[in-house]
Amino acid sequence: MADAKVIPFDDDRARGTGPRRRTTGRKRPAADAGAQAARQQPAESPLSAVQEASGDPEAPDEAEAETEAQEGGGPGLLDRLLGGDWDRKAAHGLSFLRRRLTGDYEVDEFGYDGELTDQVLMPLFRPLYEKYFRVEVKGIENIPDTGGALVVCNHSGTLPWDGLMLQVAVHDHHPADRTLRLLGADLVFKLPVINELARKGGHTLACSEDAQRLLERGEVTGVMPEGFKGLGKPFSERYKLQRFGRGGFVSTALKAKAPIVPCSIVGAEEIYPMIGNAKTVARLLGFPYFPVTPTFPWLGPLGAVPLPTKWTIQFGEPIPTDGYPPEAAEDPMLMFNLTDQVRETIQHTLYKLLVQRRSVFF
Amino acid sequence: MQEGRRIPLGKVVLVTGVARRLGGRLVRRIQRDPTVDRVLAVDTVEPDHDLGDAEFVRADIRHPTVGRVLIENAVDTVVHMDVTGTPLGPRASRASLKETNVIGTMQLLGACQKAPSVERLVVKSSTNVYGSAPRDPAVFTETTVPRRLPSGGFAKDTVEVEGYVRGFARRRPDVAVAVLRFANILGPGADTPLAEYFALPVLPTVLGYDPRLQFVHEDDVIDVLMLAAGKPRKGHLNSGTFNIAGDGVLLLSQCARRLGRPTAPTLLPAVTWIGSALRSVGMTDFAPEQIRLLTHGRVVDTRQMREVLGFAPGYTTTQTFCDFAGSLGPGLLPPDQVGRAVDALAARLGLGRIAGTAADHHDSATKERTHG
Repeated sequence: MADAKVIPFDDDRARGTGPRRRTTGRKRPAADAGAQAARQQPAESPLSAVQEASGDPEAPDEAEAETEAQEGGGPGLLDRLLGGDWDRKAAHGLSFLRRRLTGDYEVDEFGYDGELTDQVLMPLFRPLYEKYFRVEVKGIENIPDTGGALVVCNHSGTLPWDGLMLQVAVHDHHPADRTLRLLGADLVFKLPVINELARKGGHTLACSEDAQRLLERGEVTGVMPEGFKGLGKPFSERYKLQRFGRGGFVSTALKAKAPIVPCSIVGAEEIYPMIGNAKTVARLLGFPYFPVTPTFPWLGPLGAVPLPTKWTIQFGEPIPTDGYPPEAAEDPMLMFNLTDQVRETIQHTLYKLLVQRRSVFF
Repeated sequence: MQEGRRIPLGKVVLVTGVARRLGGRLVRRIQRDPTVDRVLAVDTVEPDHDLGDAEFVRADIRHPTVGRVLIENAVDTVVHMDVTGTPLGPRASRASLKETNVIGTMQLLGACQKAPSVERLVVKSSTNVYGSAPRDPAVFTETTVPRRLPSGGFAKDTVEVEGYVRGFARRRPDVAVAVLRFANILGPGADTPLAEYFALPVLPTVLGYDPRLQFVHEDDVIDVLMLAAGKPRKGHLNSGTFNIAGDGVLLLSQCARRLGRPTAPTLLPAVTWIGSALRSVGMTDFAPEQIRLLTHGRVVDTRQMREVLGFAPGYTTTQTFCDFAGSLGPGLLPPDQVGRAVDALAARLGLGRIAGTAADHHDSATKERTHG
């Protein structure tokens, strides 16, 4: 009970004095120390105004004592500047640095560098995920806790931000801490720097060999069967699912007996409203399309900043594939039916989410 | 590998390419096999290393004379080691190397076909047959057909050699043929192009690419060649095509840091120029396929090796690399010194606990990994 009262007040105070204190204030050990000190010396509080406003007699004492504890004990200045657990964080950072600099870490056969992903790549994208696109995740429990699963997702937004956000969603929200391994277009693995980061982030080339290998290893594998057709479609066709390739993903899932989890992303379509496609430029650069948006390429690099739309990612009910006989993966009719079923599910969920959406940006 | 000795080999074994270190080691190892009566060691030049009691036959496998050697000595096992990417000696050219690889294999196979005593053929190939390209699957299995075949160099040689070997296997179905595709062979004092590359004080890398590499230890190479040259183990088969590589993967950046050698990321065209400059001063061989390997990397699947051939390598990729790195001598930034520098920085900040936290964290990280 006491906690519930302390935290809002503390937040209040922190906002007044500066954002760095916020993390300190929330820390339990510090608050405990504060409570102890408060018992020793109660009486006059400089924050009595706040005390009255909050209407809680205990809270201000605690806050006051906490300020004292911060200023009095240890190398106070560093603590105040960097937050209370700065030494732990610094030690953690340095040990991370030590392992990176001496090459003492492991990657899997696809080049997935779990440590780099957790410590560097995810924190890099998390602000974008939480603060910029404010992604709301629904139905994450539809991804099984163990074993392989194939997440099939719509693709949109000119640049594949949706894939990255999907990865953050699974990484941060799945109760069993699963990692999404996406299957990317060959262009990703041709471009310098991008290919290196994609491999270290756990992604690999979209081909049936790699997909099957990932699923057999029991990984959550993500595929966007629309590919460039979905990514580079004009703004006027937003939320209209394109053709799902040849449905190879279904037969791969069937061979690996991994459930298919349909996934719908709303919000990515509007980040770069693509009103034109400079095909000649695209051909010159070797890209599948060259987007023209109201801001790009007119504003240069500034035009590449995505619009801050509000996103929703909905994972649907898994479609089991373990009931089919092994030869079913070669049955074209079954493949078409299952592909259609997955496609319809994603499309209907998209429509449902669009109806529920209040506005593009909120 | 103690079991290797118990496997009965054929009575007369012929080994080609013995002037090279690996061939010489194999010859000495085969002699220790009690079931082998004679070992014939074939090469064009006299090896500088000791071949033990093996009979050295100076013969050029590019000429039909080798056929006479096979028939006269009633050879029953042929181990073809003379398929390599590095010229023997400084004067040998790439053209003569290609001729030894391709024409030599053709002649040797032709000779084998005419020698009724031959029962078993082992060919040392390389995972170079898969090439290295961004459009290929991340992990190659023995049946993967690369989207783009290697266009030249040693990689193309191996593709052609394997083609001839398949043709031979069709014409002589009674001969057990094993093709072993080795990943990059490393070990103490290895003399492969990749080992020469790692010996450079500063490693030129391709900007924006961090290839995945796989290594196999020389000891494992000898062990698996012995296994393939002998009678198959119970429940296993030692004819066919097998990828041979240590477990696990190392990135080029990891290799460089473990060696303590700084990298110099360079744009792809510049790497080609640096490569030809280094080659002209004779420092290292930067063949196009080597640059492709150092750009896109290559990883092979070794399930067949474990399940069908029944071979478990003694060294993982990482252990192989450590063993190799130990033989190289320290680089400009030895990893233990770098580690100490970070520790010193931690000590200056008053973070005495770093060593402990590092170890703890590493433990939990490995646990997580094994758990996953």
